[in-house]
Amino acid sequence: MEKLFQKISFSSATLVLILLLGIFTTLFISAKPAIAEFGLEFITDKRWNQEVSLPQTKTPAQVATPAQNLEDDDAIADEDDMILDEDDEDDSMTKTVFGGLVPIVGTLLSTLIALVFAMPIAMGIAVFLAEIASKNISKYVGIAIELLAAIPSIIFGMWGLYYFAPIISDTFGGYQVSLLTAGLVLGVMILPFMAAVTRDSMNTTPDVLKESAYALGATKFEVVKDVIFPFSKVGIIGSIILALGRALGETMAVAFLIGAVYSLPETITDPTISIPVAMAVNFGEASGLGESSLFYLGLILFILSFAVISFAKFYFLKRTKV
Amino acid sequence: MRLTLNKIFLAFSVISALIGLGFLAWILVTLFIKGFSSLHLSLFLNDLVDGGLRNLIVGQLVLALLAALIGIPLGMVAGIYIREYGRGKYPELIRDLSDIMVSAPSIVIGAFVYSFAVAPFGGANGFAGVIALSIMMIPIIINTTDSMLSLVPKELREAGMALGASKYRVILDVVIKAAKVGIMTGILLAFARIAGETAPLLFTSETSNYFSLDLTDSFPSLTVSIYNLANEPEKSSRDLAWAASFILTVMVLVINLFGRYLTRNKK
Repeated sequence: MEKLFQKISFSSATLVLILLLGIFTTLFISAKPAIAEFGLEFITDKRWNQEVSLPQTKTPAQVATPAQNLEDDDAIADEDDMILDEDDEDDSMTKTVFGGLVPIVGTLLSTLIALVFAMPIAMGIAVFLAEIASKNISKYVGIAIELLAAIPSIIFGMWGLYYFAPIISDTFGGYQVSLLTAGLVLGVMILPFMAAVTRDSMNTTPDVLKESAYALGATKFEVVKDVIFPFSKVGIIGSIILALGRALGETMAVAFLIGAVYSLPETITDPTISIPVAMAVNFGEASGLGESSLFYLGLILFILSFAVISFAKFYFLKRTKV
Repeated sequence: MRLTLNKIFLAFSVISALIGLGFLAWILVTLFIKGFSSLHLSLFLNDLVDGGLRNLIVGQLVLALLAALIGIPLGMVAGIYIREYGRGKYPELIRDLSDIMVSAPSIVIGAFVYSFAVAPFGGANGFAGVIALSIMMIPIIINTTDSMLSLVPKELREAGMALGASKYRVILDVVIKAAKVGIMTGILLAFARIAGETAPLLFTSETSNYFSLDLTDSFPSLTVSIYNLANEPEKSSRDLAWAASFILTVMVLVINLFGRYLTRNKK
């Protein structure tokens, strides 16, 4: 019985490893046709689902020779395929091109806006909870902030689209669905998470340190700036990066607000698209190369958020528990 | 100068807290006004096809409960392994990986499940939705179990061992009992979180306008239907989406608060 229980518990723990490897492999296999077709140029290509006649597809490919040299066999095989295609069917000399630049840029920019918006407020809230408020107030405000984190993301989307976005677009001009509104609502979403983790890091500062600073006549601001911040700096940076990792993969709130159009935003108030939204919106009707390209985007997102989160975990949050 | 700076800083901090509370209040008041005015008893008696929400509420709860049924035991047992059995670097690795999994993009988990539980079977099915949600739940449960077990004093384990109980008996009868409340809170918070998820269900179980408990076909989901309804042009659809959002939020927040209440009472 003891042995059996030990085996079961070991296998359940290993399930996590299997799941992660499984996600990675499955995404890779499903993305393979797109990876073989577009290679790494996928990342810098801003065309999505565009019919192009074949000679045109070759011109940009030839311009980008340095990049292509890196891709060696695949790229050469591709060109062979293209030439063959051309020989085979003279009438339909078009092919559909998928590139991931727009969603990738949209993801990064909306996350950046969210971060810029949420960071100062989250820091303020964390200081309020950890240092300023009395125990009771801190507890209730803390619960309220955590409730904000518990609200499902689709609710943020509904609220953002019908109540928040009109105000933003009246203030800053531009469209109601745009990079800016999506980024700001994303900021509201990561705000409580960032504040909670930052507060926890700040709370690790030993009371003795704070008290000796107060005893020397330091103000609250000086204690936070010169004692708490230096002490918990590492944890705070970690929590910011962790929040960034979460923001990258957020789907539903952004789906309502970013506009879901495949075009690079010229200004901050233009609509565009992000990787999770591209997957949410286009997965249903996609097939073949389109579906595979969406998996390619998913793979990029997964690697990106995995890298960001583990970076935060291993370099900054080694000691604290989240 | 120092004191002015201090005052500005304190004011900024208090204002930040008010902004945070303001957003929560804004969202909740919006939901209450929009949702409550569209709320009727008939919503709970009819299915979506007749303009009600009954099938969606039941469907969402069934999906989340089944996911919990898979996720809770697996997550707890894995958490027990990490804290009680693991030796060397391996449990550390699993702990870190499950930490990362908690923040993994939910839409990617949906795509992962799609490729092995939807595509090969030719269409959306409830099982796929359950799998996707349970994959989201497992790492959260692992983390809670792990950290709650770490709070149980070593002496309790030693006392159990001294009585001659085998290790797994000590864990199940003593350690888990001691950490029961904390784990229960973690489970409720995790349940509240997955019950409100949309992205992992979008292309796994999708949603359905009809009442159904058949997991082999597309399965009614409150969250996915909110997304669909909100995108429809008719005002009646959007009103229905608001009512559904109100119900969903009340459900999620009540479970969440109940979970927190449990631990608060114990302290």
